[in-house]
Amino acid sequence: MVNVKTSSGSGALTDTNEIKKDKPLLEIRGVSKKFGDFIAVNNVDLDIYQGELFCLLGGSGCGKTTLLRMLAGFEKPSSGQILIDGQDMSDVPPYKRPTNMMFQNYALFPHMTVEKNIAFGLEQDGIAKTEISDKIDSILKLVELQDYKKRRPQQLSGGQRQRVALARALVKQPKLLLLDEPLGALDKKLREQTQFELMNIQDKVGVTFVVVTHDQEEAMTLSTRIAVMDRGRFIQTGTPTEIYEYPGDRFVADFIGSANILDGKVVSNLEGMIEVSTYLGKFSFKSNSNISEGSNLFVGLRPEKISISKATSKSKGTTGYIDDIGYFGNTSRYKVRLDEGQIIDVTAQNQKRPKDAKDRLTYENKVNLSWDNSSAMLLLK
Amino acid sequence: MTPIKQEKIQTKDLRYYAALSGDKLQSKWKTIVIFIPFAWLLLFFLTPFFIVAKISLAELVITSPPFSKMIEWVDGSVITIRLVFDNFIYIFDDPLYARTYLNSVKIALISTFLALLIGYPIAYAIVRSKPVTKQLLLFAIILPFWTSFLLRVYAWMGLLADQGTINNILIYLGVTDTPIRLLYTEFAVYIGIVYTYLPFMILPLYANMEKLDSSLNEAAADLGSGPINTFFKITLPLSMPGIIAGSLLVFIPATGEYVIPDLLGGGNVQMIGRQLYNEFARNIDWPVASAVAIVLLLLLVLPMAIYQHYQAKAAEVK
Repeated sequence: MVNVKTSSGSGALTDTNEIKKDKPLLEIRGVSKKFGDFIAVNNVDLDIYQGELFCLLGGSGCGKTTLLRMLAGFEKPSSGQILIDGQDMSDVPPYKRPTNMMFQNYALFPHMTVEKNIAFGLEQDGIAKTEISDKIDSILKLVELQDYKKRRPQQLSGGQRQRVALARALVKQPKLLLLDEPLGALDKKLREQTQFELMNIQDKVGVTFVVVTHDQEEAMTLSTRIAVMDRGRFIQTGTPTEIYEYPGDRFVADFIGSANILDGKVVSNLEGMIEVSTYLGKFSFKSNSNISEGSNLFVGLRPEKISISKATSKSKGTTGYIDDIGYFGNTSRYKVRLDEGQIIDVTAQNQKRPKDAKDRLTYENKVNLSWDNSSAMLLLK
Repeated sequence: MTPIKQEKIQTKDLRYYAALSGDKLQSKWKTIVIFIPFAWLLLFFLTPFFIVAKISLAELVITSPPFSKMIEWVDGSVITIRLVFDNFIYIFDDPLYARTYLNSVKIALISTFLALLIGYPIAYAIVRSKPVTKQLLLFAIILPFWTSFLLRVYAWMGLLADQGTINNILIYLGVTDTPIRLLYTEFAVYIGIVYTYLPFMILPLYANMEKLDSSLNEAAADLGSGPINTFFKITLPLSMPGIIAGSLLVFIPATGEYVIPDLLGGGNVQMIGRQLYNEFARNIDWPVASAVAIVLLLLLVLPMAIYQHYQAKAAEVK
């Protein structure tokens, strides 16, 4: 795991949701999982606190689902330890863990009605019938499915099934709710809407959520903290802002959002200030890394942090020509070919409606690029 | 909206899309393709059934074929249709038949239950095994079909006989001094039927359980249900279609089974298949034999028809 303390604002970043950091609810200690020769999860350490909405983010095959399944008890760690509320889970079978899971395909019981599906978990705990029906009513109210009690899963839409699955997992009030790609099966509009519903529900019930997702946008909106995973390891852990604004390396910078990655060389490293030279000029970063002069690293520059304007004869600094345009309505994305031949991605807000053709940036326009040097990101590998 | 209405809209939509695609040639081919199995059933199932039904309503006469004609010209101008119900009355009057029918159903029911008891865990294990093992096990289940059914029953005679393999081993081990009577008992018939029809139980169960989503079991465990409870609440109800299909495939042929009770049961086990054969081949009483067959058919078809009716109703409610 890379831990870079970068430039000015790093201390100013605080979580929006205040989370008590006294004792972690979930402790993952050096957990690995091997399937034959394949190492799915490689020596992972993590603490998750009460009330967090934590996202495990990564591409397919990165080990995020395996890790979640180990938390639920469906897979046993090859080595390491998982503790929930201080209790070692090594020998606790899934049906005795204080966790509930919302499955990617929802895994609703097809031969039971919505009501019976939700009651199933409560019946296992030997709760009285009247109490069960009260709990079902209140949880169905929470997910707004009061009128669907008697339906079977196959009579529901995808979004409704998703909410039944959530209700079934939530109704047992687990210490830890595990969600495997909770929004993966929904279409885009519904997904966006459900993201906020999910956050509201989590806020209301106060249960700690661990969400697995491959969708970086989903992770950014939902979570209080994110762990970016690749090949079984945690690459970086932090709040969405930390991950986005201060990625530790190329992989994270590229995986979350997009970034222009510039090859750089360390010019000097004096008194916690690193100066790096790239083809876009020199950048300096506050960093206590002891990287030596002359070594190679990368500098990242996000497309939206670069301003683009039509070049005039007086323009100084970096200029280039527009090679390609992606028009998204609210924003436009330009591929700018610099005079030296490199391509730089730039995103610009379309704040004003262009009055005429001349007003608009178009192909082969000569443009001027500018940015604030403090927006650049130091990427150690 | 009522479910029936939904159904109507759906079929309407389908027709609408079919009309949109507008390929008349295609629909012609569809008709032909459906017609072939239909014609097959008509020719080789329904026609023989009506012939048997017709013979069951005839009288025994010493001619060839040995039954009276149903439709006859009298004096060249009158058509007479003779329906003789004597055969059915005879079957219902003679308690031998009732007993034999009941005994057949009893043996078939117990055999079906035993086959289910043995077949279910086997199917379950095959579904849960690794792909290579799975292929091997499935092959082993189908393997007996490669040898003659009759040969396999004869092999059981060799195993079960007084001087047979099993008794020889038991005597050698000192379990018994004199051979235990195994062959020509009801026990031998159960062994024969369960052994022969076990694959017909396992294969539909396997096909059904293979489709079951294993994440349902995980979901049940996750919700606090132990393995045994999960089996009875989730796996068993969801494998019901396989259980019913397998049970019907064992029960129906077992009820009418002739070879196994004849060879392994000898004269001691009365089953309707043997009775039918006796009427037909020994007594050469085709009309009574046909009536026995018709009653057997009704006995088997009626419960199935009732079951199908309720299945269809349940499907409509969904």
